[in-house]
Amino acid sequence: MSDPQSTPAPLPGDRPGQTPAGQQAGTVQPFPAAGNISDAEREELRRHGILLTSLEELYNWGRTNSIWPLQFGLACCAIEMIAAATARFDIARFGAEIFRPSPRQADLMIVSGTVTKKMAPQVVRLWNQMPEPKYCIAMGACAISGGPFKQGYNVLKGIDRFIPVDIYIPGCPPRPEALLNGLMELQKQIRAETLSGPAQGRHLRPEMPSEFPVPEYGAHDLQPPKNPEVWKPTAPLSRPTKA
Amino acid sequence: MSVSDLSSFTPASGPTVRAVKDPFHGDLLEVSMGPQHPSTHGVFRMVVTLDGEIVVKLKPVFGYLHRNHEKIAENTSYLGSMPYTDRLDYLCSMSTNWAYALAVEKLSGQAVPDRAQYLRVILAELTRLVNHSCLVGFLFNDLGTSFTPLLYAFREREKILDLFESLSGSRMMCNFQRFGGCRVDPSPEWLAAASQLVNNFPRFLDEYEMMLTGNEIMLARTQGIGVLDAKKAVNAGLTGPVLRASGYNYDIRKVDGYGFYPRFDFRVPLGAHGDTYDRYMMRVLEMRESVKILQQAFRDLPAGPVMDPKAKIRGFRPKPGEAYGRIESPKGELGFYLISDGSPNPYRYRVRPPSLINLTLLEEMCLGHTIADSVVILGSIDIVLGEVDR
Repeated sequence: MSDPQSTPAPLPGDRPGQTPAGQQAGTVQPFPAAGNISDAEREELRRHGILLTSLEELYNWGRTNSIWPLQFGLACCAIEMIAAATARFDIARFGAEIFRPSPRQADLMIVSGTVTKKMAPQVVRLWNQMPEPKYCIAMGACAISGGPFKQGYNVLKGIDRFIPVDIYIPGCPPRPEALLNGLMELQKQIRAETLSGPAQGRHLRPEMPSEFPVPEYGAHDLQPPKNPEVWKPTAPLSRPTKA
Repeated sequence: MSVSDLSSFTPASGPTVRAVKDPFHGDLLEVSMGPQHPSTHGVFRMVVTLDGEIVVKLKPVFGYLHRNHEKIAENTSYLGSMPYTDRLDYLCSMSTNWAYALAVEKLSGQAVPDRAQYLRVILAELTRLVNHSCLVGFLFNDLGTSFTPLLYAFREREKILDLFESLSGSRMMCNFQRFGGCRVDPSPEWLAAASQLVNNFPRFLDEYEMMLTGNEIMLARTQGIGVLDAKKAVNAGLTGPVLRASGYNYDIRKVDGYGFYPRFDFRVPLGAHGDTYDRYMMRVLEMRESVKILQQAFRDLPAGPVMDPKAKIRGFRPKPGEAYGRIESPKGELGFYLISDGSPNPYRYRVRPPSLINLTLLEEMCLGHTIADSVVILGSIDIVLGEVDR
């Protein structure tokens, strides 16, 4: 792969309509190889038995269709996660049926259920033990925000305070179909990741951390209670003041 | 990267595996299983001390799913706690709802119409079918038959969950019982579909048993493993199929006769040895008895309202007092203890979870067996961590 600094940053969607701003149309792009061929032309070639692709597409195609989740259930949502793996919903259709008990072999962490303050350090540690590229799905209201147990003194108000979350699936618990939808959204995200350029995958950027500090189970709360590097909430909507 | 770079690696706080010395056994190994472990049924942790492969000490560690259920319930209205009871034992929300409704009805002296009583029996027994078939699937997962029995169990579970969903609107968290009845009256079509499912259920059980019960590996791995003495079980307060597998006849459906259970003709299966195999057989036999109860309930279901017309929903304030309502949930005696001070919230709300109390004798059952057997024994106790830690 060429150095992204020395070449004009090419976007990988490899369609002429998607050339990034500042790049003249018509210049030969060094990468990807299939950059100047339209979908129609590719389809024409495919009909003649010639499969044309780029390294990036091949890379993403492989990663997208073999996401191995971590076999890791926390609470109620874990049962729906298991249900998604069984015959009726069959997560194997999306290549994600191999639930790995070891974080070292997993690509995806499905945080399925309430994360308590006692459990949060272990969840972060598991995330740190997973190799890049790795993705996180927050499944259910509890993993997103604490859900119905938000007022509990022992409940973490969302796992995104400590690790970056790619997909949020609301529901209490979300149906298995919702999990499958979340997985498909994640696949879309992975397909859009590029080997270089602004849409480069997180795991390829050296400045992006892959491990996060593990909080301590302190006397009153987790120490620290949140990781400001990760958790950047948007400002709450201001209510209209009474005139 | 060279080896010298590895010095910056810091091990996790609290060692997961360490060597310990014991005056009786010599060199031992202490292994921390969980909270992330594929066969601890959730976020349960066991600190197991091993002599070779034999368990010489087992310390359960709870609290990884402590969601403050009781404290939240004390700050919520009586009806507001009903959705939380769904999440207590998330495999059997219908029967957990019933236990809570029973306690509040005792507290407020609320009557329940006949049709609702029958409906509650129907839903609780359907829940028992869900729970026991899933439990057997998970137990076989622990035995090493990766996933296949579970696929069969979840096939039946989905059919029953479809019924729950069409009745209550939610697959798992049904939130269906109310103080003084049930939320919705099922349509005749629902009852016909449910009755048909129940009539077909023995065929599934036959299929399941044909594959599993006589299996040679299953017999070798479960018979004589994790034997529990009935006397010890009674002393520790164990209930449910785990107690009955030891041969002690105690079923709250028979003892208390709550709901309309005295009207039904069913038998309570009892084990003879108290080993893992008996605990497995208890579940299978109980499912067959549940089918019998369900068939009688569908036959005798009376017409009428499902909700007591005098039931008060808004401004529900029971008189000061206390009440303890308990049912035979699929896991054992599930009880709710409530103290009312006349306010809209309970003054004290306490859950007696069968899973937690059944777990107290885990070490007793596992001592002297291999670590692989301890996983199977844990699976045969049938715990749900939402209920253990609350």
